[in-house]
Amino acid sequence: MKLTDISSHITGWFDGSGPLSDIVISSRVRLARNLEGFNFLSRCDETGKLEILAKIKDVILSLDSLTERFYIDISKSEAIEKSFLVERHLISRGLASNKGPRGVVVADNELFGAMINEEDHLRLQVLKSGLNLRSCWEKINAIDDLIEAKLRYAFDANYGYLTACPTNVGTGIRVSVMLHLPGLKITEQLNKFFNATREMNLAVRGLFGEGTEAVGDFYQISNQITLGISETDIIEKFTDLIIPEIVEYEKLARDEMLLKEPNVFDDKISRALAVLKSAKLISSHEALFLLSNLRMGINMGRIDNISIKTVNELFLLTQPAHLQLNHGRKLDAEQRDTLRAETLRAHLN
Amino acid sequence: MQCENCKENSATIHLTEIVNGQRSEKHLCQDCAEKEGITTKSQVSLNELLNSLLATQEQKSEANPDEYAQLKCPHCGITLEQFRQQAVLGCPHDYEVFSKVLGPLITKAHNGNATHSGKVPAGIEETVKSQSKILKLEKQLKEAVAKEDYETAAKLRDEIKQLQ
Repeated sequence: MKLTDISSHITGWFDGSGPLSDIVISSRVRLARNLEGFNFLSRCDETGKLEILAKIKDVILSLDSLTERFYIDISKSEAIEKSFLVERHLISRGLASNKGPRGVVVADNELFGAMINEEDHLRLQVLKSGLNLRSCWEKINAIDDLIEAKLRYAFDANYGYLTACPTNVGTGIRVSVMLHLPGLKITEQLNKFFNATREMNLAVRGLFGEGTEAVGDFYQISNQITLGISETDIIEKFTDLIIPEIVEYEKLARDEMLLKEPNVFDDKISRALAVLKSAKLISSHEALFLLSNLRMGINMGRIDNISIKTVNELFLLTQPAHLQLNHGRKLDAEQRDTLRAETLRAHLN
Repeated sequence: MQCENCKENSATIHLTEIVNGQRSEKHLCQDCAEKEGITTKSQVSLNELLNSLLATQEQKSEANPDEYAQLKCPHCGITLEQFRQQAVLGCPHDYEVFSKVLGPLITKAHNGNATHSGKVPAGIEETVKSQSKILKLEKQLKEAVAKEDYETAAKLRDEIKQLQ
């Protein structure tokens, strides 16, 4: 498997399908696990890391319930390849920048990933497009059972699954939902959303861009508490309560904008499309900002000849590492801006 | 949006209250909200929280420096100070070795929860499984007693006894 085989098209979790997918981009469930009988990675030597890697890799690559499985050795990957995998959410920035023996098993059209030797020995993840946490959980739970039948996890009756950082101890679960919230941003209601999530002990971060900056109005919301609440309780709460509420607020904000000032709304979207269709140089930041407006316009039925799938695809294809991998070489910033504009014109005209 | 009270700063705290079906909204700046006794949690990651808790723990133990400073895991060799610096533990045994210091921190970081609730590996020893089940039932028992649901509480107590 070569990365260029997957770099020119969309990943399974971003194809615009699934419940509430106009606002909910994707759902993800991640489990943190460690093997019994080994130190955590901060106190593990090279030999130990190699042994952990070999054990976990062999077991996961042998699971027939996973289709099209392949392994990528991150310790031997080039910087561009690592950035590409980060852009596609197949690995974390942590796994990219760590040192020593480490890798990732990818399967099921990129909907399954297993990072080995990241912060914990094993980080499993299952992604789905739209609001689909229940099926993410069913799938990851079944895979976890299969792995556990062959390897012993570090587990304690009181603390549950033992993790390197005590903030993950217990279920080791991180449930995340990626949301597109341009309406709340434009109507300046994001603060309300942030305050509410804080009160519920949830973490919010931007999807594109570094740190908390959310270029393109994509936000990822996740649980922080992993001890004392069962996996299904967290998933039910997200699916039935938290996410539908946020989606409702976003819809209200969009409807209100359109009702109050339809001209201003349409102008924003038409201008975004015009620039995306004709620019000769465009930065990643500007492209994300305009694509976000365009995406909202399509969702609101203001533009009908471009599909959400195309726009989603462009969010990925215009990312720096995607551009470079698809072009076959390293590019400087100006070359990337030119190529980004070319890619946009080719897909939108 | 302007703060309703001082009409100077921009409002960053937005409250929606529903009393007897009547909905009211309040928009305040940070200062005015604090004056009204409204506190908000700032967006701190659990890691930061854990670090700050560990730092205060350390200050407290200065009066009795030997108690924690000497603590070192016999399995992986990590000290409490090293854990404080790197925010990750050295091995699964650390949870037991540092339990005195770590236990309260974990409970704080997980919103008051002290015991696991959820999946238990199928292949684990029966003793661990039943221990885990007892902990879960004990939690339910506490909740039942708090709700004065003594019928459920009695059932749970019997179940726990049987497992023990």
